[in-house]
Amino acid sequence: MEEILEILEKDGRVAPEEIAKMLRKKPQEVKSAIRKYEKEGVILKYKAVINKDLVRSEDSSVRALIEVSIVPQKDAGFDRIAERIYSFPEVSSCYLISGTYDLLVIVEGRNIHTVSSFVAEKLSCLENVRGTTTHFLLKKYKEDGVILKHREENKRIAISY
Amino acid sequence: MKKNISKKVQSIQPSGIRAFFDLVLGMKDVISLGVGEPDFVTPWVVREAGIFSLEQGFTSYTSNKGLYKLRLGLHRYLKSRYGLDYSPDDEILITVGVSEGLDLVLRTLINPGDKIIIPQPSYVSYGPVTELAGGLPIYVDTTRDGFKLTPEKLEKAIDKKTKGIILNYPVNPTGESYRRKELEELKRIILRHNLICISDEVYGDLTYDFEHTPFPGLPGAKKNTVYLNGFSKSFAMTGWRVGFACGPQEIIAGMTKIHQYTIMCVPITSQMAAAEALVSGKRSTEEMKREYCRRREFVTEELNRMGLCCSKPQGAFYAFPSIKKSGLSSLEFSQKLLKEEKVAVVPGTAFGACGEGFIRISYASSMESLKEALLRIRKFLGDR
Repeated sequence: MEEILEILEKDGRVAPEEIAKMLRKKPQEVKSAIRKYEKEGVILKYKAVINKDLVRSEDSSVRALIEVSIVPQKDAGFDRIAERIYSFPEVSSCYLISGTYDLLVIVEGRNIHTVSSFVAEKLSCLENVRGTTTHFLLKKYKEDGVILKHREENKRIAISY
Repeated sequence: MKKNISKKVQSIQPSGIRAFFDLVLGMKDVISLGVGEPDFVTPWVVREAGIFSLEQGFTSYTSNKGLYKLRLGLHRYLKSRYGLDYSPDDEILITVGVSEGLDLVLRTLINPGDKIIIPQPSYVSYGPVTELAGGLPIYVDTTRDGFKLTPEKLEKAIDKKTKGIILNYPVNPTGESYRRKELEELKRIILRHNLICISDEVYGDLTYDFEHTPFPGLPGAKKNTVYLNGFSKSFAMTGWRVGFACGPQEIIAGMTKIHQYTIMCVPITSQMAAAEALVSGKRSTEEMKREYCRRREFVTEELNRMGLCCSKPQGAFYAFPSIKKSGLSSLEFSQKLLKEEKVAVVPGTAFGACGEGFIRISYASSMESLKEALLRIRKFLGDR
């Protein structure tokens, strides 16, 4: 992968000037490369990774992984029905996968009831959806390569040769 | 009580900056750029292999030379990585880090009064360990030659009592390294005088601008070389203490003799983990190297901008800028920087008297720490 992307993927807030120093490029070069990535949709957006377990508020959410079996449509295969599903704002991720079911849909809701009613009232009644299996998430350990634990203090001694 | 201590040990100078180090260790909230080890922890696959070996009950001694599995792994690794051909049977010895390897080779080679050439600034232990082995260190100042030993200076330092040279590249503390052509020139002199080259290449995998050339890989050099390396830097395994020495069969046999009576063997857990590192650690090494390389560019650029003159190091994770323009000595600079801005660096004099006027900055720290530390150094310089 391009090194600029590798750096931004780890920390989206690194300034182009700093990236330029790290890669021995001109800041302008880095800026225009980033702009190009954004325009082409290689970089889609920048966001903070939040450990929601530590946010105590009314809005705390639950997450469910839902296995969805569907009947593919003529001409459009799985894509059209997938689009109908992922367009719901409750759906945070949607993947077509191989195996015993077709779509893996990740849904976020305020509590178990909102997620259940989404499954019962929206998802299951869609034409072409043959069946669903819902798994509620109990605990998150690691997400998108980030271990959801407060970083421990550095264990190295302060001076060594 | 002092009369109980041997004359030899009494004659060894304790590091002059011990007091400074104690000061650093006693202070809180310091950003330390004084650390000589990676900031990465050992890759999980490697740690897991160590844990698994314990679960399996591997808690015994190993052969003195080290686990055959590890020696065979090293034989293959050195062959595929550098084209070096060392027999796992009698040309490779597993040691407790490069430190033990260095001690063993010096004790194996030196007769009382033999001279060992050591380019300086150098890693701290070369001189004292040479003395403990009964040898006489001959220091060669490289500060005017871009921190590299030149063929002329090497030639000049050699006399009838010279037994060998300790070459280290990439160099701790300067980060400089030698290209193949430069090594060829040194080799010609070393072979002409039939010296032994003790080549400490523990930072070899962290070479950025060109391919690292191992000394024994130069045509004709192998029979006069003891190649020292370890897992500490390449695989972020400092605390496991695993190194290895490769060389001519008779020298390795001599080293093994001392090793078997003093150490017996390297801890088996560490050896098992190291064997795994050779199999699956390559990707982590490459990732670490790319990350260090970026930090290197960033740090040297910033140092030069604030007037701390610094050539771009070609390897390891150290920068060695001149602080002469501050008007302070290395020790004063480091002490004041620590007290006023809470940034720890190592005074250049730790690496030999010729290190005066320089400091060692380690960039084996996260980008955030480096940014903050450099900001503080800038402020420190601006305040005077």
